[in-house]
Amino acid sequence: MSHLVIALPKGRILEEAHQLLTKAGLPLPPELEDSRKLWVRIPETAIEIILAKPMDVPTYVEYGAADVGIAGKDVLLEQSRDVYELLDLQIGACRLSVAGLAEQAGRPLRRVATKYPQIASQYFRAKGQQVEVIQLHGSIELAPLTGLAEAIVDIVSTGRTLRENGLVELEEMMPITARLIANRVSYRMKYRQIEMLLDKMRRQLAKESGS
Amino acid sequence: MSEPKVFEKPLGMRDFLPDMAERKRFLELRIQRVMEQWGYREIITPTLEFYDTVGAASATLTNRMFKLLDREGHTLVLRPDMTAPIARVAASLTDAPYPLRFLYHASVYRAQEQEAGRNAEFYQTGVELLGEASPGADAEVMALALSCLQEAGVKGYKLALGHVGLLDGLLEENVDDPRLRAELKEDLLRRDYVAFRQRLEQSALSCGQQERLLALLHVYRGEEGLSALSRLVGGPRSQEALVNLQEIWELLNGYGVSQDVILDLTLIGFLNYYTGAVFEGFAEGYGFPVLSGGRYDHLLRRFGTDAPATGFALKVDRLLEVSQIQPEQPERVVVAYRPGQIRQAIARAQALRRAQPPKAVEMIALPDGWEAERRAAFVARQKRRGVDEVVFLEGEGLT
Repeated sequence: MSHLVIALPKGRILEEAHQLLTKAGLPLPPELEDSRKLWVRIPETAIEIILAKPMDVPTYVEYGAADVGIAGKDVLLEQSRDVYELLDLQIGACRLSVAGLAEQAGRPLRRVATKYPQIASQYFRAKGQQVEVIQLHGSIELAPLTGLAEAIVDIVSTGRTLRENGLVELEEMMPITARLIANRVSYRMKYRQIEMLLDKMRRQLAKESGS
Repeated sequence: MSEPKVFEKPLGMRDFLPDMAERKRFLELRIQRVMEQWGYREIITPTLEFYDTVGAASATLTNRMFKLLDREGHTLVLRPDMTAPIARVAASLTDAPYPLRFLYHASVYRAQEQEAGRNAEFYQTGVELLGEASPGADAEVMALALSCLQEAGVKGYKLALGHVGLLDGLLEENVDDPRLRAELKEDLLRRDYVAFRQRLEQSALSCGQQERLLALLHVYRGEEGLSALSRLVGGPRSQEALVNLQEIWELLNGYGVSQDVILDLTLIGFLNYYTGAVFEGFAEGYGFPVLSGGRYDHLLRRFGTDAPATGFALKVDRLLEVSQIQPEQPERVVVAYRPGQIRQAIARAQALRRAQPPKAVEMIALPDGWEAERRAAFVARQKRRGVDEVVFLEGEGLT
């Protein structure tokens, strides 16, 4: 049987993903997160794990470099990669929001800074608002503080980062969770392996929502 | 925009250097021989077509077509696929002696938005079978597609088979609201099963209806799949499609290829383009389909004729990545001669070109005062160029 390669996102979601996979019965090594290794073979299974930047997980899966992966809905929406979206894992829960200084509330926006230029421009276009979208790669909260933009579009989980920088949520755009995605060929060629993994995760998710 | 560098090409365009070009031609001819054995004959159509006819009939999205204007101001497109041009030709043949079996090698063009490195010119080799509505025609093109993959030296190939009629039928029979139906189909088209499930859960559909629709998401192997599907059908449309699928399956058995086919009802291809059986071909360990095809019974209507049709296209660029076959090359020989020896050299080269088996012969003039000591270095340099043998015309024969 050929190996199943799973791409996991480093960072925010990794710990929850690790827990979910372990509880679902995958014998992952406990030190997955601390190790500097990017490629881990799981002993006594036909499974390999690769650790990628969250934004890159859909790319690895689309090209078939990984068979399945875990990616946030935010990343999937931003990238619109040609992959199967198989299961809502209900981890990494947060929301995409428009945020800015409190006095911005209710005022029209001219410039918005974000790590998600596609999502942001689609969102404002759909609302008929003419907004210039500026792409940044991190520390987005700086944009309204420095006057680069009036608002930002970003993911918000507890809202702490916003508060600490004196920003408030102006609009909630959509809820976000992590999804299990699959390559379109792997999903057919390795259907049984993927379906087995799906089954284990589904059962674990049902157990968690029942308790 | 900055001036292009002299070696630059437009975005998404590629050169094929001899090694790759030879492999491509070799593979195409091998596949063509198989198609010819099934009675298909080559057809060539122009690279440019009218946007209003072929462009509009194509399954490719308008924003992904390359468009230009002719002198009269008509919008032209670089053909985005070969199916629509062939439908145009077939419709123009009055008293066409159906069935028509065409094969083609062509590049098709699709503008890419997402990534700079992606191709915009694709090489396709395929067939179209026009004027045949029977399941025999569907099974024929599928069995031929599998033969082509085998002949192309693709390892561990599989075909996924779906049926647009069965999918549409099941959606119609279980979902009354046409908007919800369209949304569910759109979810499948985007391969977003999470949204499909959520939409079902939030709908007013009964448990039984939801279950029947969720069963669509399974990938089945052969017979077990057909019997599982027979438990889902409830109306005339899905019933008819199921019978069609069963007949195709029987014939695939007849060709002895059904073990290479899996059933996947979520396969739609393009929205509102295919009308019956649809399929995609995969190679082991390769992330993209290497072929796709299906039945498109409504396309010829757009060109004024009503005729059913089916066919497939092999993605030659992808086949080149997965094919294990290397072209058979003639032995490459260099005839090296000194000034004054050119007549003997020509005679020698011509003889080698006519030999059995024939050799690929290049002639190279040695400079004046060339010394025999430099021979070893000369031979080494030619070997690095891929030359198998060097012949020196010095009365000393072969080296």
